[in-house]
Amino acid sequence: MKKLITALVLGGAVCFAGGGTASAQDKTVKIGVLNDQSGLYADIGGPGSVLAAQMAVEDTGFKAKGWTIDVIAGDHQNKPDVGANIARQWFDVDKVDIIVDVPNSGVGLAVNNVVKEKNGVYINSGAATSDLTNAQCSPNTVHWTYDTYALAHTTGGALVKAGGDTWFFLTADYAFGAALERDTTAVVTAAGGKVVGGVKHPINTSDFSSFLLQAQASKAKVIGLANAGGDTSNSIKQAAEFGIVAGGQKLAALLLFITDVNALGLNVAQGLNFTETFYWDLNEGTRAFAKRFQERMRNKAMPTMDQAGVYAGVLHYLKVLDAMGGNPHDGAKVVAAMKATPTDDPLFGKGEIRGDGRKMHPAYLFEVKKPSESKGPWDYYKLIATVPADQAFTPLADSKCPLLKK
Amino acid sequence: MATITDNAAPARHSHRDEFVAFVIMAAALVAVPFTGIYPYFVMQALCFALLACAFNLLIGYGGLLSFGHAMFLGTAGYCTAHALKVWGLPPELGILVGVAAATALAVITGLVAIRRQGIYFAMITLALSQLLYFIYLQAPFTHGEDGIQGVPQGRMFGFLKLSDQTTLYYTILVVFLLAFLLIFRIINSPFGEVLKSIRENEPRAISLGYKTDQYKLVAYILSGGLAGLAGAMKIFVAQNASLTDVHWSMSGEVVLMTLVGGLGTIFGPVVGAFVIIAMQQYLAQFGQWVTVIQGGIFVICVLTFRRGVIGELAHYFKRSL
Repeated sequence: MKKLITALVLGGAVCFAGGGTASAQDKTVKIGVLNDQSGLYADIGGPGSVLAAQMAVEDTGFKAKGWTIDVIAGDHQNKPDVGANIARQWFDVDKVDIIVDVPNSGVGLAVNNVVKEKNGVYINSGAATSDLTNAQCSPNTVHWTYDTYALAHTTGGALVKAGGDTWFFLTADYAFGAALERDTTAVVTAAGGKVVGGVKHPINTSDFSSFLLQAQASKAKVIGLANAGGDTSNSIKQAAEFGIVAGGQKLAALLLFITDVNALGLNVAQGLNFTETFYWDLNEGTRAFAKRFQERMRNKAMPTMDQAGVYAGVLHYLKVLDAMGGNPHDGAKVVAAMKATPTDDPLFGKGEIRGDGRKMHPAYLFEVKKPSESKGPWDYYKLIATVPADQAFTPLADSKCPLLKK
Repeated sequence: MATITDNAAPARHSHRDEFVAFVIMAAALVAVPFTGIYPYFVMQALCFALLACAFNLLIGYGGLLSFGHAMFLGTAGYCTAHALKVWGLPPELGILVGVAAATALAVITGLVAIRRQGIYFAMITLALSQLLYFIYLQAPFTHGEDGIQGVPQGRMFGFLKLSDQTTLYYTILVVFLLAFLLIFRIINSPFGEVLKSIRENEPRAISLGYKTDQYKLVAYILSGGLAGLAGAMKIFVAQNASLTDVHWSMSGEVVLMTLVGGLGTIFGPVVGAFVIIAMQQYLAQFGQWVTVIQGGIFVICVLTFRRGVIGELAHYFKRSL
């Protein structure tokens, strides 16, 4: 009896047999969307990215041409080890060909290593770290939407050109914040601006008053927010209470998404400057996609640049596979073909994927509209400047990516 | 010696039950690579099982609720990862570095923490682990929130190629089983008996002439060192060290694993770890529902089987497991 019980308990504990069977048929593809489905970044990617991937699959119309394309989703809970494990299992057990999205730099880099080891395809849209195409670049990886370099350079450079030549930084006191501040400072100085000061705040701060007062007293024309997530929202809200933007200083968030602006509301967010590579109201193509996306989205949100990147990335991947006449199940080979083929999609326009895996497209500096200027829900941004791709992303000469040295 | 009756485990001095259970557990784990079960999942679970066992050594037998065990896991993880990747040490030395670091940390934090009991002890360990969290967030060698990525697995003792899935699995399994036996030995040693008496009635243990602070400190250091071993082994499975492992929620997860499996039972934490890790891994497809399901299971566990899975079974069959 006792043996039986123990056996049952132990058996029960370890008996979660993984499903999924391998089929080596030529025209099958399995796409894994790996992101944060429930936490901090769920609005930026989350279920919306899964929808974007599904829409990309439908829009190719490849199912009618005999392709079998599955989209599965996983929640990495913002833990690098959970993310790496899901990715490894997807390749080993579920026979996934490609992993997309993966916000959160820590998880993004962990998955990067697994995909390389398993020779899969990795289209990262959500992570900010420019390491993915620089020091830690991989022959299996494409970094689609944005990175810290683009954020810093577009916001920094364009704002100085627009007259914001003195800067004060409000920086989250950890690696990401420090990297953003360092990169932006370099750009501001190179463009002829000056950094007059800065203050570091601990991560997850709820009271920014003393930091904001220092920023106000510095009389800098631009206050750069080198922080993320809740810290950015909190500092923007409290800056509005101190009347910083109303007092003539510009607030530049270095990392912000449209869903954040939606959550803050125009009253609070108006006048805010920041960089994105996609906005739903840019042109006919983006508007048509956004409208279809919004209709199918559970909370009727517009697509973020992260979700747009997932759509465009999957679209390009599938087109390349179709051109190859089938799925070779060889990640490095597919990514090489993706780099050789120019990209063209309705969301990011014409572009290319560089040798280091960097997807090249323009970056845009936006300003959040005043409530009086907004014509309706989700009409939030004014385009201030467009930075061409070669200026927005790391120049190849500065890249430490070993792939380029071959 | 003060022998205190433990209601959960009346059958005391025979270890036959535990022995049989251990053999079954070991056999089941040895057989894993030959079944359809995904070995990486089991390896991950084994690391957490070891962590939960180490934690259980302290709470289940010493009565000390540590809410900062993540600091040992994370410290050992970072040190091992750094030793392997930057110093290029072989795996066995890397593990040694990690365990030594966790043990040293346990000595320092233990001297501070064991002076208080109950909620104060929990709060002090939590505070110390948060202190370390912020140090790791800032320290250059941890690379902040990016973590140490792509840690090489290397060759254990020069010939065990750990990048091979099956070799890695059996290496992890052997380490786990040895550590498990060590914990079993500790619990059933005279030292363990004294520890249990301190848990039941500390003033009485003092009156019997035991220097309880020293016993508690040794238990704390053993627990910290074993948790460090779990952290070091985890590096070979995940190949990265990140802030997740030092975050307070990890300390909470260990408490959850131990409670679900059965506090103060030897096999409980192992079962608890498998249940929790399985939920994280196999429910990942349900996305945002994972946390809800996890919370639900915890509520059910607390409401219906408060002794945990193994504790409840042991109680029902009047066995000690």
